[in-house]
Amino acid sequence: MAGSIPIQIKTAKTTPAERRAVKGSKIVPVILTAIAILFFILMLIVPLISVFAKAFEQGANLYFASITDPIAWKAIKLTLITIAITVPINTVFGLTAAWAIAKFKFKGKNVLITFIDLPFSISPVVAGLIFVLLFSTSHGLLAPLLNAWGLKIIFAPPGIILATLFVTLPFVAREIIPLMEAQGTTEEEAALTLGASGWKTFWLVTLPNIKWALLYGIMLTAARSAGEFGAVSVVSGHIRGLTNTVPLHVEILYNEYKFSAAFAVASLLTLIALINLIVKNVAHWKIKQQSKI
Amino acid sequence: MERNKKAKNILKISIASLIIIANFVSFTGCAKETSKNRGDSGEAKSVTLLNVSYDPTRELYQEYNEAFVKHWKEKTGQDVTVQQSHGGSGSQARTVIDGNEADVVTLALAYDIDSINKNKEILSKDWQKRLPHNSTPYTSTIVFLVRKGNPKNIKDWDDLAKPGVEVITPNPKTSGGARWNYLAAWGYALRKNGNDAEKAKEFVKAIFANVPVLDSGARGSTTTFVERGLGDVLIAWENEAFLSLNELGKDKFEIVVPSVSILAEPPVTVVDSVVDKKGTREVAEAYLEYLYSDEGQEIAAKNYYRPRSEEVIKKYTSQFPEIELFTIDEVFGGWDKAQKEHFDDGGVFDQIYEK
Repeated sequence: MAGSIPIQIKTAKTTPAERRAVKGSKIVPVILTAIAILFFILMLIVPLISVFAKAFEQGANLYFASITDPIAWKAIKLTLITIAITVPINTVFGLTAAWAIAKFKFKGKNVLITFIDLPFSISPVVAGLIFVLLFSTSHGLLAPLLNAWGLKIIFAPPGIILATLFVTLPFVAREIIPLMEAQGTTEEEAALTLGASGWKTFWLVTLPNIKWALLYGIMLTAARSAGEFGAVSVVSGHIRGLTNTVPLHVEILYNEYKFSAAFAVASLLTLIALINLIVKNVAHWKIKQQSKI
Repeated sequence: MERNKKAKNILKISIASLIIIANFVSFTGCAKETSKNRGDSGEAKSVTLLNVSYDPTRELYQEYNEAFVKHWKEKTGQDVTVQQSHGGSGSQARTVIDGNEADVVTLALAYDIDSINKNKEILSKDWQKRLPHNSTPYTSTIVFLVRKGNPKNIKDWDDLAKPGVEVITPNPKTSGGARWNYLAAWGYALRKNGNDAEKAKEFVKAIFANVPVLDSGARGSTTTFVERGLGDVLIAWENEAFLSLNELGKDKFEIVVPSVSILAEPPVTVVDSVVDKKGTREVAEAYLEYLYSDEGQEIAAKNYYRPRSEEVIKKYTSQFPEIELFTIDEVFGGWDKAQKEHFDDGGVFDQIYEK
């Protein structure tokens, strides 16, 4: 307390050189913020607006006609089915993997973490080709089995779902592992000592603690499932109305000179991205709130 | 308490997603059953064909499929759905090799259909003799598309080899159209230099030195030239050049017809192993035969493919510029030979495109 008085006196009488220094330090953040905002506008806002501008270029009628077109609709349906299957499976996987990694000590933990990250580091095209090598009915590793059972995996919806599962595998786990590790195991230990069962502990203690991070992981998984192009393109065979997802349909429309229609369908993907952003912000805000308590 | 509630909500959500999965599984189950029904074609009500085609035929088959569906319904009372898949001719053949179950393939050149058979006999070896005109119901040729007013003054193949001219063409390794482009240039050079292969090689090398990007398919190259605005001249299928002109405005581009070009024959065939498995041989064969009918030929001509029918071509003579055309058999001794010499690994194309 005693030391604060002379400092106050000093700030009241600043020298001109000091004042300049303070002013200078005000300009730097302004410039930095301006650069950031300008970059943000150029790289994100302008492209976003241009997608919607191009989509509505030939009027709202064409916009809705291209979205409700039967083949576009089938692509949307396939994408939704892919999301509906990928998200629950990868959520369950992500939860169990994160739970194991964050709350227990075991041998090979680092190996498991590395494997979870594998889909991040492999190019989607290679991921797609892996599935061709496995499931091709003429030369794939599993070809005899597939032919015996009359199953079709690649060039059919199951292949698209498998490829998407592979690509989106790390998202949930990667979002919740750091949080779980930071929270430690004390709360769970307390619950267990008080006589709660393992399941009860998970539902009532662990899950509520991570729910916002989990939600964000799920959103990322859904967004990537909707938008994945590379891996899906390799296993799709591009059969319209059957194995085309929304991103592949966008490419087809673009290649057929139907630019407005292409961007109309692309705007659906953009919407998903926007919703994702909002959820992300809400989730981050909630996580902060939680840690304050 | 509140935590309990939220946990229950999450439980509810997971149950809901499980129900969605269950629905999907039963839905695919149904799909399987209907496809089984398709097998015994006698009583079957509807049938589905998959046509795996190359890049620029999108508009052609969109129109043709509608006509065929109508024709087949009138003739047999059966509903048929034709599914389409498009891409670079070579890569499309690849998907059929990998197990894409195409009932019919309509590719850019005979070699790609032959290559489907390379490892395993998926279709009959003499497929090319099954339909008239080497199983090619329509032909095309290779022309140039330039920007309006022809600012680089491109008249013939020679102008493409000049320094400072940017040429757009797809990759001959994956695109059928690109191989026709390459062979057309080669054939022109042979003719000009008294069949001197070394000079032809130099000439084609000079053209490819002017190529800034190699797209994987013809349509990709067209969008590179037309939409992205790259290059001074696009070497393209005649039908592709006409289509870009009509779709994107005659005020932006014009077609330049070279003095000599190649007769491009994109063949079609039924994939025997697939149609026998699916029980779709009858309709698949009819689908291809109908391409030779007056209506099929007319649709081809409307989409700027040169029809085989004398009558239909007479009707459309004004549409197709007169070019001196040579065939691949005359100049290169057939596709097998041309492929081995020029496009296989270590072939002439690899030698000249090394930079």
